[in-house]
Amino acid sequence: MKSASRKAFPWHIIVFLTPALLIYTAFMIYPLVDSLRLSLYAPTPENPREEIFVGLANYQRLFTDDLLAPRLQGALRNNFLFFAVHMLVQNPLALLLASLLSSQFIRGRAIYRTLIFLPSVLSVVLIGFIWKLILSPLWGRTLFEPLGINPGPWLGLPETALPIISLVSVWQWVGVPMMLFLAALIGINDEIIEAARVDGATAWDVFWKIKFPLILPTVGIVAVLTFVGNFNAFDLVYTMQGALAPPDFSTDLLGTLFYRTFFGFQLQLGSPTMGATVAGVMFMIILVGVLLYLFIFQRRLLRAE
Amino acid sequence: MNRSARPLGQTLQLTLAHVALIAYTLIALFPVALVVMNSFKVRNAIFKTPYNLPDAESFSLVGYETVLSRAAFPSYFLNSLIVTVVSLLLIFIAGTMAAHALSEYQFPGNRLLGLYMALGIMVPIRLGTVSILRLVVDLSLVDTLIALILVYTAMGLPLAVFVLSEFMRQIPRDLKDAARVDGASEYRIYWMTVPLIRPAIGTVMVFNMIPIWNDLWFPLILAPSERNKTITLGAQQFLGQFVSDWNAVLSSLSLAALPVIVLYVLFSRQLIRGLTSGAVK
Repeated sequence: MKSASRKAFPWHIIVFLTPALLIYTAFMIYPLVDSLRLSLYAPTPENPREEIFVGLANYQRLFTDDLLAPRLQGALRNNFLFFAVHMLVQNPLALLLASLLSSQFIRGRAIYRTLIFLPSVLSVVLIGFIWKLILSPLWGRTLFEPLGINPGPWLGLPETALPIISLVSVWQWVGVPMMLFLAALIGINDEIIEAARVDGATAWDVFWKIKFPLILPTVGIVAVLTFVGNFNAFDLVYTMQGALAPPDFSTDLLGTLFYRTFFGFQLQLGSPTMGATVAGVMFMIILVGVLLYLFIFQRRLLRAE
Repeated sequence: MNRSARPLGQTLQLTLAHVALIAYTLIALFPVALVVMNSFKVRNAIFKTPYNLPDAESFSLVGYETVLSRAAFPSYFLNSLIVTVVSLLLIFIAGTMAAHALSEYQFPGNRLLGLYMALGIMVPIRLGTVSILRLVVDLSLVDTLIALILVYTAMGLPLAVFVLSEFMRQIPRDLKDAARVDGASEYRIYWMTVPLIRPAIGTVMVFNMIPIWNDLWFPLILAPSERNKTITLGAQQFLGQFVSDWNAVLSSLSLAALPVIVLYVLFSRQLIRGLTSGAVK
């Protein structure tokens, strides 16, 4: 009887898998695929409801059109700068904080950790507004002038707006890479460190020659998570500057460009197919980033094993 | 080892480490503290003495009065609560079931399905927005909380299935086989394994809760009406309108941050454990 039930069609497996597969496929995979498909279609001039296949024409338009191409180039450039600030400020700072917190001699580690992570659980909307107030001339004068800092208007100048917004994002998210680095550092076998100390290695040497190579996998994960998060960012610019990413589009990221292209803004008309095309470009960039990560880091890991 | 036995150099190092950590902790907390502190002050004091704590002279609740009378914060809050709780419930049910199937049964395509589910960990769901909106319109779900719930469930499932099935694989086989010998159905066995991975489930839930509660993009696009606004979108739009009324702005910021801060204080241990255990893998 037991073997009979074994051979019966395993309905239970289907029952277990169906809800997750259904929701995930319908609301994530299908929209992603369909959105890529839409980027190859355009509405016909006679009937805006009817969409016909146009091949890569939308992409060509996005890259060469007099109105669209400068926006795409601007958003790409800004997004790479945004990413660079995160890689050069957020991740080194996170590594520094994590290495301080991984020392067993530091008291109150849990308290530091919890407090430093706090901004990461708050909504970007709140963070954006809090900093907007702090950086506004109304408060800026009282807050920064006594410290001898020029009170701005930093968010109003094309040269400073994007770096400042990038730093606000760093301030909010530094806790996440810090936690990932911390976990990796705590996971290192103490005996290796002790052995190096006995051999007379300085703390600096121990960190760069032993600990850092050992946490390299985490460095890779942090880099790819930063990349995906940054090239998908939208909320902070939208909250602090609005969808037009002023001044003069200097804070425009791919996320805000996507939003404007899809929904339209002021004089610009929204277009689902062009929106899907911007999303297609973002998809390719993220794909290249993830593949590079898999190629560089995973292969190095395999070799190390 | 007592303090005096430590060499001077080490004491110096420790002091420097504490100075650096305290400095950064202050940087992390200062903006939030500044906003909460000033939300209890009269307008004049907000601009003249932003660093001072509210005292008898500067204390005022006028901002909170404006917020509570002008914005439908209780209703926004309720919408956020419904969306977050129901999404988490669906992620829990569908996620544990799928994780159980993938970790427990050998069937053709098992690995492939696991990979298929894992795709969503790296690709942001936002990129499918154009088609999600069309789908939601086709299903007549536009401007409903249900649309948000389905999207957030799809968004949370990939990581949930991945993490939960890793943990379910560690449950000893004998336990389940013994139950099978006793005649337990496969559904019963599934229900029996769920409590065994409670810590992992807790972590997955806390992990999904934050981005769902804080999301601005999908409420803005899928459910923007006054009736269905979540607190994040509600706060965003309220702040946009009342930008010159600093009392109201500071109070609404404090009000919107409060539930998250309270939850964070309650669950921070779980969240941090999740972040750190996930990284070791």
